[in-house]
Order: sequence, then structure tokens, then C-alpha cells
Amino acid sequence: MHNKMKNGTIITIQNLIKRFPIGGGEFTALNGINLSFEKGEFSGIVGPSGSGKTTMLNIMGSLDTPTEGETEVLGTTSSEMTPRSAAFLRKKHIGFIFQTYNLMPVYTVFENVEFPLLLLKMPSSERRKAVLEALEWVGLTDKIKSRPPQLSGGESQRVAIARAMVKKPDLVLADEPTANLDAKNSHHILQTMEKLNKDLKTTFIFATHDDKVIKYLNRIISLEDGKVVSDESIKK
Amino acid sequence: MIALKLAIRNLLGAGLRTFLIVIVLSVAYFLIIFMNGIYQGWDKQARIEMIAWEVGEGQYWQENFDPYDPVTLVDAHAVIPEAFKKDVENGNVAALLYTQATIYPEGRMQGIMLKGIGVNQKAIAIPSAQLIAEEGDIPALIGTRFAKNAKLEIGDYVLIRWRDVNGTFDATEIKIAGIFSTAVPAVDAGQVWIPLDMMQRITGMPGEATMIVKGRDAEMPADVAGWEFKDHSYLFAALEALIQSKTIGGSVFYGIMLALALLAVFDTQVLSIFRRQREIGTYISMGMTRREVVGLFTVEGAMHAVLALFVGAIYGIPLLLYLQNKGIGMPEGTDEFGIAAAERIMPYYSVALIVGTVIVVMIATTIISYMPVRKISKMNPNDAIRGKIQ
Repeated sequence: MHNKMKNGTIITIQNLIKRFPIGGGEFTALNGINLSFEKGEFSGIVGPSGSGKTTMLNIMGSLDTPTEGETEVLGTTSSEMTPRSAAFLRKKHIGFIFQTYNLMPVYTVFENVEFPLLLLKMPSSERRKAVLEALEWVGLTDKIKSRPPQLSGGESQRVAIARAMVKKPDLVLADEPTANLDAKNSHHILQTMEKLNKDLKTTFIFATHDDKVIKYLNRIISLEDGKVVSDESIKK
Repeated sequence: MIALKLAIRNLLGAGLRTFLIVIVLSVAYFLIIFMNGIYQGWDKQARIEMIAWEVGEGQYWQENFDPYDPVTLVDAHAVIPEAFKKDVENGNVAALLYTQATIYPEGRMQGIMLKGIGVNQKAIAIPSAQLIAEEGDIPALIGTRFAKNAKLEIGDYVLIRWRDVNGTFDATEIKIAGIFSTAVPAVDAGQVWIPLDMMQRITGMPGEATMIVKGRDAEMPADVAGWEFKDHSYLFAALEALIQSKTIGGSVFYGIMLALALLAVFDTQVLSIFRRQREIGTYISMGMTRREVVGLFTVEGAMHAVLALFVGAIYGIPLLLYLQNKGIGMPEGTDEFGIAAAERIMPYYSVALIVGTVIVVMIATTIISYMPVRKISKMNPNDAIRGKIQ
């Protein structure tokens, strides 16, 4: 890890511009973003649809690259990132939570949560222990043999959280994690993530426009038309 | 290894879809092995029968002999060379003398090949020892096909007419001394066997032969002036050509079967790319490279062939072994085509056939599985995660 990691900064974004080709021209999704994130943050990028939240999350998660500017995520800069090193970064250090859960429908809950550990080639006994621990965090130890179609939306998202957390990543990126959930389930999963943030010191960054999520955040970065319009820390 | 593990998990999770493809592929395995097994069994049996009844360990042909040109047959005879005489006397070779003749069973005229054969020969399975001459009779052997065709039975007398060495017609009655059963039509259909010495006498060709068939115990010279040695590769060329044409014809049938199975695999793969976009994106988000995802989907497709191998083995091995023991009945009249064919063909499954089939099906399935999933390498993972069709 780089020095910055040791100092507590896990993400640095400098002059980030992201453009997408649209028709004959280009659409600027992010325009001159400068930000940094510290280890253990419970932050959110908020803003209306099309403001660039998901694009920023994808770039931080090494699923996409900047058009201009540079990012440094967990010590790896975007300019030196190869597809292989980006994949390694995601495999080892980053967990994703999606709005649509993205669970593998043919796998059981156990197998879904186990998947990231299979990619890390963790031995079977350690895998089992880690999966059960992760399912305990989200309160789903009684559902290990269930398959996603048998789960409610809230349960599915909790499985997704367990899957993102099972490898104890440094960073979890959650894209609209409550968009498909009712209020009760939303609060339940947010409380779960908040507890994991505190217990494991995992950095959580959300992309959201859900007020229920915003209430839990300790830092709110507002985006509008691809630009940061406010960056506010909240003391709790 | 991880791809294999995940592929198995995905395939088993896919349930009925996997099962159906695996069943079709396993039938393709079975049919390819079975059909080729029949041809190989036929080839093997035909070779054994032809060696036993006709070809021996090779043949020396009098230099004018051309089995495809009956006109030259009148000149295709010569005195048996000294080099063969010892083996002819002790029966290690069969000296054969041919001439065209006509037979008149029940007054009907029918062209035949009259063949003289050494009574004591052990080189081929023609039961020449049955050619025991009773006083004044010319004993003759015929095969069951010809006996049925000419309505002849043991003990019957029948008139034959032939030309001697000078081209003069002669005729006499022969007595059917024996009827043999063989899978080789070339020694049966239209063939009448009489003792060599009588043949030489009635044709005016003393001490002569058209062909010398080498037996297993014979030690023969490689080159004899005026005689050409024909080895197995030459003598089996027609059979091999026939088996090959049959195999190619058969391959169209099981090629269609395999194509159907591969089409199902291809279709599944194409469908997977569309239906599982979100899954593909999730794999990438969890740290798989695009190449690894392509590998996973390819292995997943190729695993159909592996599962099909196991499923095929469950029902195929007992069925193939049963058919190998029981054989397959040949259609009525097959032997009338002039091709050596037993009443029942015993399929023969060589290791090369089984291994070759497995390799062909596996490679074909892997290629077919890979072709559609190459698209993954061009996918945008962000769109894939959202399930956006690309």
C-alpha cells in the first residue's frame, strides 16, 4: 500500500473528467472532480439521476477509467492500472452492493456469499467459517440453503452485503442499495452496514438519492451535472 | 480449476436445460461410436472371413490374370512353378485354376466360374476334402447362395459346359458333393469348385493354375517369374473403399445428430450472454477479468460434453456391450451385393474410435461454446451490471 493509505486516505481523485460518446458527440458525466476519502468513512455521493454518481462509483471501483485526470484507489493510480491489476484490486480490496442485488440465481445463499472467496482461492474450511460469519453479520444464518428467488428484497440485499463484506474489503461501494426496498428493510440494511463500518472499519461509499440513506451518512458529497456542489461532513 | 468448479455449479443449477443438452450430446456420442463400431466390426469380420475363405495370406496371380477382365481369363494360366510345388503337395497353399463355364440346372442356362482346387489344400476354408471322386463322377462343391439360386442339393447331378485350352466346347455332368456356408460371396455366388487335377484334365491344362493362395504355414518366394504377388493391402482395397464410403455416408447421419447437439449448446451460450448480462457484470465487479469470464462460460459450455460422456456411459456402455455380443442382423440380401458380410455384424469398438469420438465431440463443443462468448470481452461491465443488453 502507498503512504497515503498509511496516512488514512484510501481514495484520491484529481481533476477527474469522464466523457461518454453519445451519437455523434460526447456527454460529460463528470467534470473536474477533486475529492479524497479517508479509511472508515461512511460517505455518500448524492444527487439527482444523471448527475454522475454511478459513474464516479464505477471509476472508484476500477470498473471504469477517467477520460482526463487521475484517481488513486488503495494505492493504485488509474494511469498505471491494467485490466488485470484492476481486477485484482476489486477481487481483494473492493466490495460492491447493487440496487438490483445481482445475486446468482442458481446459487444458494451460502454459495453466493462464498463466491468472492473462491476467486481468492481461500481453503474450503476457512471459506466456510468466513461465509457463516458474514451471514451472521446480516442475520441470515438460517437461510444458507435458500436460493435468491426464495428470498425477500431485504433478505436479498442482506445477502449482497454479506457477499461484499465476506472478504473483509477495505472499501465497499454501494450503488442505490435501498432503491428497491421498503422503509423497514432499508433501515435494517443501513443499520447492518453502519455496524459493519464501525466494527470492521470498512469504508462505505454510497451513490444515492434516498433520504433514508442520507440520514445515516457522516459525509455527504452532492453532485450536480457532473460537478461537486457541496461536500459536507456531519458530526454524529 | 475455479472456472471448472463454477461451471459445474452453474450447469447443475441450470437444471432441465443442462439435462436436455447433455442427453442430446450423449446420444451423439453413442451413435457415433455405435455406427462406426458397426463399420469397424464389419471390416474386421469381413477381413477374417476373406482371409479364411478367399485371400489367405496373399495370392500369387498368373501374370495375365485380371479379375475385372473376363476376356483375358483364357490366357490366365501357367504351369505351377517349382518354387510352389512343395507347398502345393503338402497343402500349405491352394492352387486354383479358373475357367468360365455354363451350368444348366433344371435346364436353365447360367454362367459360372469353374474353379479347380487342390483337394488336400489347407490354405483356405473351402472344404475341398469333400471333393472325393466316386467312379466316373466329377464331384463339385458349391456355396449355399448358389445352391439356393440354382436349386441344387447334395447328390444332384447337373450339366456343365466349358471350353478347353484350345477353345473347344466340352460338357459333362458334375455331382454336387457338398454345399458350404460362407460369409464371402466371392467364393459362393456363381462359383463351382471341382478337384484341381480333374479341372486340369478337362481343360487340357495339366499341372497349371491361375492363382496360388498362400496359407499360414507356407514359405513362399517373394518373386516368381510370371506370377505377381498380391498382398492384403491390395486384396482388401475394394473392401476398404466400400467401408470408407459407408462410413462417410454414415457420418452424414451422426454429423446431423452432433450438429443438433452443438446447435443446442450454441443456442444456450448465445442465450446465456443475453440473459446473464447482469451476472457477467457481477463476476467482473467481484474481480474476474473479462478473459476469465470468457473462460468460465466456455468451460461451462464445454462441460456439457463432459457430463454427456458420463450420462452416455451410463446407458451407452451396457447397450454397446449388449450389441457387441448379440450383433446386428444384416438386411436380407446384403450378401447378394457381392460384399463379404456375415448374417450378423458384431460391432467392434476400438480404443481409437472411442477416444477419437470423445476428443472430436469435446473439441467441437468447446469451439462452439467459445464462439458466442467472445462477445463478453467487448462488454462494458457497468452496462452489464445493470443488465443492459449489449
